[in-house]
Amino acid sequence: MGSATVSRAGRHPIKGGRALRYAVLLVLVLLFLVPFYLLLRNALSTETQITRIDGWTWFPAHPAWGNLKQAFDDPSVPLARGLINSLVISVTQTVAVLVISGMAGYGLARSTVRYANAVFYLVLATLLIPAAVTFVPSFVMVSSLGWVSTLRGLIIPGIFQALATFLFRQFFLGFPRELEEAAQIDGAGVWRTFWLIVVPNSWAFVAAIGTITFIGSWNAFLWPLVIGQDQSSWTVQIVLSTYVTAQSVNLHGMFMAAIVSMIPLLLMFLFLQRWIIAGVEQTGINE
Amino acid sequence: MAGDIAVPRRRWTQSPHLWFWVFVGPFFIGLLVFIVVPIAWSVWLSFFDAHNTVTPTHFVGLANYRDMLSDPAFRSSLLTFVVFAAFIVPITFVTSLGLAVLVGSVQRFRSFFRSVFFLPTACSYVVASMIWRDSMFSGVSSGLINTVLGWFGHAPIAWLSVVHPPWYWLVIVTVRLWLQVGFFMVLFLAALARIPRHLYEAAAIDGAVGWKSFRHITFPMLRATSTAVLMLLLVNAFQAFDEFYNIMVTPGGYPPYARPPLVYLFYTALGSVQDFGHGGAGAVILTLIIAVFALVQGKLTGLGRKDA
Repeated sequence: MGSATVSRAGRHPIKGGRALRYAVLLVLVLLFLVPFYLLLRNALSTETQITRIDGWTWFPAHPAWGNLKQAFDDPSVPLARGLINSLVISVTQTVAVLVISGMAGYGLARSTVRYANAVFYLVLATLLIPAAVTFVPSFVMVSSLGWVSTLRGLIIPGIFQALATFLFRQFFLGFPRELEEAAQIDGAGVWRTFWLIVVPNSWAFVAAIGTITFIGSWNAFLWPLVIGQDQSSWTVQIVLSTYVTAQSVNLHGMFMAAIVSMIPLLLMFLFLQRWIIAGVEQTGINE
Repeated sequence: MAGDIAVPRRRWTQSPHLWFWVFVGPFFIGLLVFIVVPIAWSVWLSFFDAHNTVTPTHFVGLANYRDMLSDPAFRSSLLTFVVFAAFIVPITFVTSLGLAVLVGSVQRFRSFFRSVFFLPTACSYVVASMIWRDSMFSGVSSGLINTVLGWFGHAPIAWLSVVHPPWYWLVIVTVRLWLQVGFFMVLFLAALARIPRHLYEAAAIDGAVGWKSFRHITFPMLRATSTAVLMLLLVNAFQAFDEFYNIMVTPGGYPPYARPPLVYLFYTALGSVQDFGHGGAGAVILTLIIAVFALVQGKLTGLGRKDA
């Protein structure tokens, strides 16, 4: 793309280039929105409008709102069930990751026991290995536990996140100790200090890690594909994927279902974008 | 766990060992049960003939590893990764850095631009794959790109089923570019904001503006972020699965080409037969490869330093 233009602009505006920069940005904005346009257009079109070869329908004159009802009514595509499963999985995983990694991160940041470092190195070692690469080992374990096609199997292996623990540890290392010491002078133990002093003063960080965990969980595909072998345990992403692998083509239903699947995250982006951006900055770079 | 609140707290929080394990124990046990033990188990399985069983008895030594490494399909999956990475890593890097500099250089509507470029992050790989495969790069003439080509009198291109030239790479690379460029732009924007302004002011006095100031101030100051972004992009590319699966798979199955490592492993280990011997060996090999990447990353970015 316009990297030369971009670079010349530098960080500080050169006055003459301002109009040009806005023009480039505007073009890029339109390009970035094309996929969303296609999604919306197809979801509200009839099959013939999507597949017609004698010209492009920019937008259906009469939006086919019936596609929405049809997407939910199609018995071969359990959309409602998938949405509920995804919601249960994402909410549970997010809460569990925050509690488990938050506590572990605090323990690792504040404990004085000698083996705390050894445990921390184990966390770092697991951090090197992304979960996707170990899906075969995880499947072996989960199938031995008899958890294939269960919510347990979908949720539990994903709640022990080395990255989240690592980030919480780094964050708590920088948490002002004076606050904790004041609480301890007042007679609070570590448990109460953590829940009543540390957590309430860390909401911004918790929200950042929480939103990013939720997004990852909602959009997860490989693990739900491996574990969700019965229709009843499909997440919404797996449900959508069956449109792709199905023998029959149902483009309008597929795109409508895709839009429906995005509603929770679009709402989050609308109202919680601040925290999502903060979460990205946290998870991307640890400086 | 909730019951612990009611327990007389003085007693257990005074033992540093006890409170450490109350806080770290749940995570530690989960790590052992769901990551450490499964990996060890797979290493063990990789030395056995383990078709449809996770408790095999027929020891085969290194045969599974030999099979994997001499399997042309496995080697071609590594090659697929290399080709994919050769495209997606530099393209995403340059585009996200460029977008960050561009967005960072304007005053008005900056957060609007950032939001738009970041919005694809809300989209799953499955949904994006659908849009790319069945609308934007649809192989029939009703697809958007083919429609545009038609305006210029060009015949429609079967983007996904043609191997010569391999147009599917254009589809695969652009979908991931669109999905992840906003994420990395946000990282670069944060890093740009940390560069002290006075550096630019001093440089401007010396006449360094525009490209010169980017070349001599911005880029060197972004070194740590750039290194981390490059490694993240590489590790992410190595784990590519979702878009390959959802774009390339047909009702008749997955084509024999364009199979990155995880797609290959998916069909080897969990295909029609569950072959945990070869699957385990494949997982071990891929884990070693990714661990080497990550170690290099750790060295370069100083991850895990005590004071990090």
